[in-house]
Amino acid sequence: MRSEATRGWLVISAPLLYALLLLIGPIIVILANSFWTQDYLTIDRTFTLDNYRAALGEPIYRDLLFRSLKVSAIVSVVTVILAYPVAYFISFHGGRAKGLWIFIITVPFWTGYLLRILSWKVILGYKGVLNSALLGLGVISEPLETLLYSLNAVIITLAHSWAAFAILPIYVSLEKLDRTLLEAAADLGQGPIRQFLRVTLPLTLPGVIAALLIVMIPTVGDYVTPKLVGGKDGVMIANAIQVQFGKASNWPLGAALAVTTMIIVSMSAALMVLALQLFRRLMK
Amino acid sequence: MINISNVGRRYGTFVALEDIDLQIKAGEFFSLLGPSGCGKTTLLRLIGGFDVPSSGSISIDGAPMSGVPANHRPTNMVFQSYAIFPHLNVAENVAFGLNILNLTKAEKQARVDEALSRVRLVGLGSRMGSQLSGGQRQRVALARALVMKPKVLLLDEPLSALDKKLREEMQVELRQLQQDIGITFVLVTHDQYEALAMSDRIAVMFDGKIAQIAKPQEIYQNPTSRRVADFLGGMNFLETANMRLLGENVVADVAGFGTIANKRRGDEMIDPAKATLGIRPERLRIQWEDEKAKNEISGKVLSRHYFGEVTNLVVQVEGQPRPLSVVETNDFGADGIPVGSLVRIAYDEDAFVLMKE
Ligand SMILES: Nc1ncnc2c1ncn2[C@@H]1O[C@H](COP(=O)(O)OP(=O)(O)OP(=O)(O)O)[C@@H](O)[C@H]1O
Ligand SMILES: [Mg+2]
Repeated sequence: MRSEATRGWLVISAPLLYALLLLIGPIIVILANSFWTQDYLTIDRTFTLDNYRAALGEPIYRDLLFRSLKVSAIVSVVTVILAYPVAYFISFHGGRAKGLWIFIITVPFWTGYLLRILSWKVILGYKGVLNSALLGLGVISEPLETLLYSLNAVIITLAHSWAAFAILPIYVSLEKLDRTLLEAAADLGQGPIRQFLRVTLPLTLPGVIAALLIVMIPTVGDYVTPKLVGGKDGVMIANAIQVQFGKASNWPLGAALAVTTMIIVSMSAALMVLALQLFRRLMK
Repeated sequence: MINISNVGRRYGTFVALEDIDLQIKAGEFFSLLGPSGCGKTTLLRLIGGFDVPSSGSISIDGAPMSGVPANHRPTNMVFQSYAIFPHLNVAENVAFGLNILNLTKAEKQARVDEALSRVRLVGLGSRMGSQLSGGQRQRVALARALVMKPKVLLLDEPLSALDKKLREEMQVELRQLQQDIGITFVLVTHDQYEALAMSDRIAVMFDGKIAQIAKPQEIYQNPTSRRVADFLGGMNFLETANMRLLGENVVADVAGFGTIANKRRGDEMIDPAKATLGIRPERLRIQWEDEKAKNEISGKVLSRHYFGEVTNLVVQVEGQPRPLSVVETNDFGADGIPVGSLVRIAYDEDAFVLMKE
């Protein structure tokens, strides 16, 4: 037993070490930086909490962080709400073509992330596909300017980018659902909606939570999408962090912003999981 | 109560059920018995509304069931896999269907308590569905269905996942329960002993068709076909010659046994060319040396198969082409009758079974 465990650790030791170095190393660097001070070109290594004071106190950073959380929360919820029916359809009505459907869903990933964002620019732009179509149909008389370079554009683009990552965990949890449980619910007088709310949803909640986290955590830190389609209203906290590490060249402040964001994201993720568990209890 | 007329179910070209005609009475304990794959579950699912017949119709309590989904039928089912909701505890599982009944909280609680005590699960109400043993899951599934007070309870091999001891206990218990509450039970099983021990009537099925419907004693003692006889316990099929109708009797020359007359039952049509004569192993008695019976044959013991309470002897009887199976009781000593012995075997004249086909 013991030697078995030892052997297991031995087998994974190399990749584990590699992963730990790449994970913990940067975190230590960031943490250390966040307690230092930028002094023009040098770093003053005396301990200080000034960076955190700035990160949490300055309205601009607070607003950006709040906006990022809002965007990632909206994106993850929107993505999951759109992904659930897709996963449900594939799992329940995919028949023999299930594999094909899953394959089709991953097709967009054959193109680069940037290309996908740029294609949304083409769709949402002032003379873009959507405006042209709406104009052509006579729904609007002038192109909508709010489509591109807005928070909405960021949300739409991110939701599309992460759709497959939300569909897959939900699909897996639906596949694991024992279908006789639904028959049992029907047998006990429950119609289709009650079957869904009392059996399917609670039992696939782990997939939903996984999907929410998978979408939410990376979107908080995304800075490419806001930069390309967000305009000035779509700037998010990661853009500010990027500026501190780049143009502004204030690593300590950037680090403090990053750490603050990380902690707040973890806390909101935990809060969300707890809220869903509570919802599950109430659903009974 | 349940009226099944001319029901068929096809999957593509495969015929899972064909021309099923069946009337199940109110308050009856009815069993569907047959080998694996004969369509028992399919038929039960048609009654429960989980599947739709390709042809024919089903009515329950006079109401036609076509177009009525499972959640609106007066039936409840105990699934083969039990289908206990893993995210709910025992009490919540049992109360699952009560929301549709417009009960007050106190009434609900009372019903759940009653159902739990009926299946002897009192005190386990807060145990999670995913943490139960096989026997407990079976009881929860039963309580969950009974709490709905259905007109018909459908049970799909409810005992097959239990060990032999518990299974036999539960057979008695289920039968007792059915007698107490007096609702109709339709049980699916492939276990002949289970069907014989519990049922008021049994339908034996093969290949999607019903072969015989009768009371347990009737079906065991007077199976209408070789297949039914063979499926329910052992049967020695005898080699006969010159089978003929003679007044009330069917008469045949049975090699080794002589001429045997078998009384025809009722107005049954018997075609002597197709009929088969047989005798159950337990109706053949090994004779002690000093014993002398009116009807006797003799043979040589070829092999012994020990089952504990009895031993099965395979005996080659003079005249019969196939060896016969004979039951030896334990009063023949610890080691019983050795292989190779010559034995005399007694039988009663009314022990023979005439099968139409
Ligand atoms: N959905 C289906 N599609 C195709 N064939 C099916 C389907 N369901 C059942 N069958 C076939 O119908 C036949 C009867 O199945 P059924 O489940 O009723 O058998 P059963 O008598 O309950 O057997 P067991 O004792 O093994 O449970 C089987 O041959 C099975 O393969
Ligand atoms: Mg079955």
